[in-house]
Amino acid sequence: MSEEFREIRLTLNGMPAAARVPVRRSLVDALRQDFGHTGSHVGCEHGSCGACSVVLDGLVVRGCLVLAAAAEGASVETIEGASDSGRLARLQEAFYRRAALQCGFCTPGMLLTAAELLARNPRPSRAEIRHYLAGNYCRCTGYEAIVDAVEAAARG
Amino acid sequence: MKPAPFAYRRAASLDELFATLREFGDEAQILAGGQSLVPMLNMRIARPAILVDINRITAIDYLRREDGVVELGALTRWRGLEDWPETGAALPLLAAALPLIAHPAIRNRGTVGGSLALADPAAELPAVALALGGEMVLASAAARRTVKVEDFFQGLYQTALAPEEAIIAVRLSAPRPGERFAIYEVARRQGDYALAGAAIAAGAGGCRVAVFGVADRAMLSPAAATLADADPAAPAAAFADALAQDIVFLGDREHPAPIRRHLAGVAVRRALDRLAAPA
Repeated sequence: MSEEFREIRLTLNGMPAAARVPVRRSLVDALRQDFGHTGSHVGCEHGSCGACSVVLDGLVVRGCLVLAAAAEGASVETIEGASDSGRLARLQEAFYRRAALQCGFCTPGMLLTAAELLARNPRPSRAEIRHYLAGNYCRCTGYEAIVDAVEAAARG
Repeated sequence: MKPAPFAYRRAASLDELFATLREFGDEAQILAGGQSLVPMLNMRIARPAILVDINRITAIDYLRREDGVVELGALTRWRGLEDWPETGAALPLLAAALPLIAHPAIRNRGTVGGSLALADPAAELPAVALALGGEMVLASAAARRTVKVEDFFQGLYQTALAPEEAIIAVRLSAPRPGERFAIYEVARRQGDYALAGAAIAAGAGGCRVAVFGVADRAMLSPAAATLADADPAAPAAAFADALAQDIVFLGDREHPAPIRRHLAGVAVRRALDRLAAPA
């Protein structure tokens, strides 16, 4: 079967953006390859690891499990936009202070997911933090420092 | 790990969806939340010729409670259920199941209709639907029909859906006075697939016991329900024996059928313990 392309327009980190993408391309691949935003990482490509997390119309989703073509017209926020906006600053500072990252591959997904948790539940317990981040894998830290950092950010 | 090429159509309405399904039949695959389908595409387990994206059909994204029945539009996302103020009162068993369904980012996107249409034997919703009782609303260009939940799931990833049909909604029974509910799941990690699970509704007329993750589909076990009514304190092994009267257990290399049988008994026992515990 020949490759089908589609012209997609979306709002990317608050700015209008457009690209012509193969319809089988995932949102995270399009963000990296067609829009030049490489902060979202491609890990397992089947929804297990959370490294590709992006915010689609206000909700954190797996960038590997949404087709770019399906995001036509949507508002997409990546770690680049979320970081530049300053809305992650408290979490980023807590991750830095607690050394809640090492290689950094999982960190964009961890930050976006943790920010969604804190928006829904400003004072989560450690168990609630673990529950919310359970879909984001980290192979470096053993998670303890990440839970500490989110807890610290919640305390402010 | 990228999908094989496919054609992509976005249906703006049910009429457009039905027209596309009629045109392409079983060449077409409906794309709802995609949280199971896209991994299968990426791994090339699924290779449809054409994907029909239904995510813009807002007419099937709704929750409605009326006359003892809760109707969930097929495009209802798990997050929508988590955020619906009435879920706890109208669907307490499903409310208890929601935290077990994958992870928050998956629940932001995954849909009720997608889970039912896939009929993954380890999924929570089919078992919840069986325990509650209800019916599926299916439709095609030609007709609309309802199928009882018990008749919808037919085997491993097999349902009563015809190639030209789509799930429009599922109608589940709302709690009757005094009815209690519990779900218990054994999984290796939070959000991972169930190795075994049990969903129970206990009302005036007795228990309904559904298990998932242990056979080719979620299944009701009348024998386990009879035992739960007759001897609510029966041990897990007795429930495993009762389940075996109704269910052919299936396993894999890591968790073969005898382990699934054992875990299913444990899941029923622990779900009953939750039922007994004060709310």
